[in-house]
Amino acid sequence: MFDGTEPIYIQIADQIRADIIAGRLNAGDQVMSTTQYATTYRINPATAAKAFAELVAEGVLYKQRGVGMFVADGAPERLRAERRNAFFADRLDPVLAEARMLGIEPADLLAYITNGGRR
Amino acid sequence: MTGLTITVQDLSVHFKDTRALDGVSMRIEAGSIHGLLGRNGSGKTTLLSTIAALRRPTRGTILVDGEDPFESERVMGDICLIRESGDVLTDEKIRTNLNYFADVRRHWDPDYAAELLDAFELSPRKRPDKLSRGQRSALGVTIGLASRAPVTFFDEVHLGMDAPSRYRFYDLLLADYVDHPRTIVLSSHLISEIEQLFATVTILDRGRVLIHDDAEELRSRGAALIGPAAAVRELTNGLQVLSTQSLGPTEKVTVFGSVDADLHRRARAADVEVGPVPMQDLFVHLTSGEES
Repeated sequence: MFDGTEPIYIQIADQIRADIIAGRLNAGDQVMSTTQYATTYRINPATAAKAFAELVAEGVLYKQRGVGMFVADGAPERLRAERRNAFFADRLDPVLAEARMLGIEPADLLAYITNGGRR
Repeated sequence: MTGLTITVQDLSVHFKDTRALDGVSMRIEAGSIHGLLGRNGSGKTTLLSTIAALRRPTRGTILVDGEDPFESERVMGDICLIRESGDVLTDEKIRTNLNYFADVRRHWDPDYAAELLDAFELSPRKRPDKLSRGQRSALGVTIGLASRAPVTFFDEVHLGMDAPSRYRFYDLLLADYVDHPRTIVLSSHLISEIEQLFATVTILDRGRVLIHDDAEELRSRGAALIGPAAAVRELTNGLQVLSTQSLGPTEKVTVFGSVDADLHRRARAADVEVGPVPMQDLFVHLTSGEES
């Protein structure tokens, strides 16, 4: 847990975004509290709070005073749309660059995709 | 209660011909968890004992909540320093010792103290001189936590505990810190288990401050570059190199300094991987210099 180069609060925020995109957290669901996060992962509570503050500022989570943090309405759709927009540049371009380097032809790639991931 | 701010300005403590502390300046924010890191003999205990008013500075000033702890009974009573030695009456029962702390610590919570003894499987009927090293540390932790002092120092206390007890300590500390925020300093030379607990960090080296920074900031300043030797060498040219490992045509160089987005971009273009450096490794590299 938390071993990337990115600051821990960014890793926490990314993890919550990923949970929402994958449907493990739905609109209206309550997320773990700062305290639960801090004690579960043995991190400074301020670090967890920073991640939540970022997600609240983005409108992904909202805070209900005295109750906790919840996934905002429309957040799953919005996050998925953002991820779709970034998909080609962030995910596919590096794969295509590697395919070119290895001499894999576009036709082979296309065939693989249309076969649903089988050669 | 939210803890007290600690400001240390140009602090020196000299014993005969040793400079235990030499011009130390630092600030610990009220209500934060601070990591005081340094090798054995780097001055950690001297610094904490001086802030706790157990020692007189040779030069410089210490302010806790704006007052000199040496001159202020209020502030002195709000600082709780737990050392591995325990600072307990070793031939009196644990219960007697706890009763003493209940008298002198104005935020003492007796129920919480009993809970902690249970958590560490310590009997109040035992005497500290009959405890193992780990149990004595657990007793220190119990006193430190149950005191709920606005300023609490744990000076390498956890080092004597076995792994399950250490993790119990971290969990209890975090849970109680969330409910009762206060200024906490953990001093240690073993860092990997606790680095994520810190908001801010000071690294002492031979009585001087080597690093005083936000923990996240410090972590982001270290990077390990792995890739083709020539490319790695070019990328790290001009940076502070902490270590170099050669693995045939591949080289791994650990650097400290401005590892910015531009470096990441150039590294990616040159097929060089940039990875994180654990704080423990940064600490070892930064403090392993020869004696001067």
